[in-house]
Amino acid sequence: MENRYQRQIMLPEIGEDGQKRLAGAKVLIVGAGGLGSPIALYLTGCGVGTIGIMDDDVVSLTNLQRQVLYGEDLLGMPKAKCAGERLRKLNSDVRIVTYPEKLTPQNATERMADYDIIVDGTDNGAARYLMSDACQALGKPYVYGAICGFEGQVAVLCAGRATYRTLFPEDFPPASAQPVAKGVVGMTPGVVGSVEAAQVIQLICGCGQPLIDRLWTIDLRNMQSFIIDLW
Amino acid sequence: MEVNINGKATQTTAGNLAELATEMGLPERGVAVAVDNKMVPRTEWTATSLCEGANIVIIKAAFGG
Repeated sequence: MENRYQRQIMLPEIGEDGQKRLAGAKVLIVGAGGLGSPIALYLTGCGVGTIGIMDDDVVSLTNLQRQVLYGEDLLGMPKAKCAGERLRKLNSDVRIVTYPEKLTPQNATERMADYDIIVDGTDNGAARYLMSDACQALGKPYVYGAICGFEGQVAVLCAGRATYRTLFPEDFPPASAQPVAKGVVGMTPGVVGSVEAAQVIQLICGCGQPLIDRLWTIDLRNMQSFIIDLW
Repeated sequence: MEVNINGKATQTTAGNLAELATEMGLPERGVAVAVDNKMVPRTEWTATSLCEGANIVIIKAAFGG
């Protein structure tokens, strides 16, 4: 019988055992934008059992250059709901739970409590400190990813010793700071979100060498890449 | 002396990481620095001497998603 996962099950790193682990895993994606789109699509495609999608925004025209979950027919619609519909069409094996709300200090612990791994699809520093602090308190891995222009970075935090505060100790940018640079090519979150998703399946399947306490950086202009030990 | 900063050979008169950060005009927040692929916390920058040919990576905080 044809199995939709056969191309990954045939890999020794995943196999039948890894596929069962994926089916039993619960992953929360915070932010369903540029990073969240590829993260959600690939994790749904590979059969992660439960995926939570959290986003309080609506689809706008300037999103479509990079947020591959959405199309012109969805302009003005809530991203969490649209993402849920798209992902359920992609793979009905996966239980998709949507939260059309912002991550706040009030709801963070409660939302994250139901999940094994928290993945970063957010677009601001405050959300990243919040995710890191909550993951550290709950003892859950935080797959961090961030982008700017042609550059991106990924790390697995709160799974060893390093947290987001190891990387950037003081809350940054301060609330009074200028709005952060928004310029980006669509491929940057495509690359970085895909790397985050690859980290997630390695954590679930126990294969490879996930970036625990290590930071990976990429500059798509010259393809210069570094891996830095954070601890 | 010459050090490599993000893969680029760079002349510096700085004796330690803190002096290099000042020389380069790095902001006081939102920057992480690694020497020989190991991150050095800002609190240790002054105590971290630079050696000829040291490989230094400067990582700026990115906030997009």
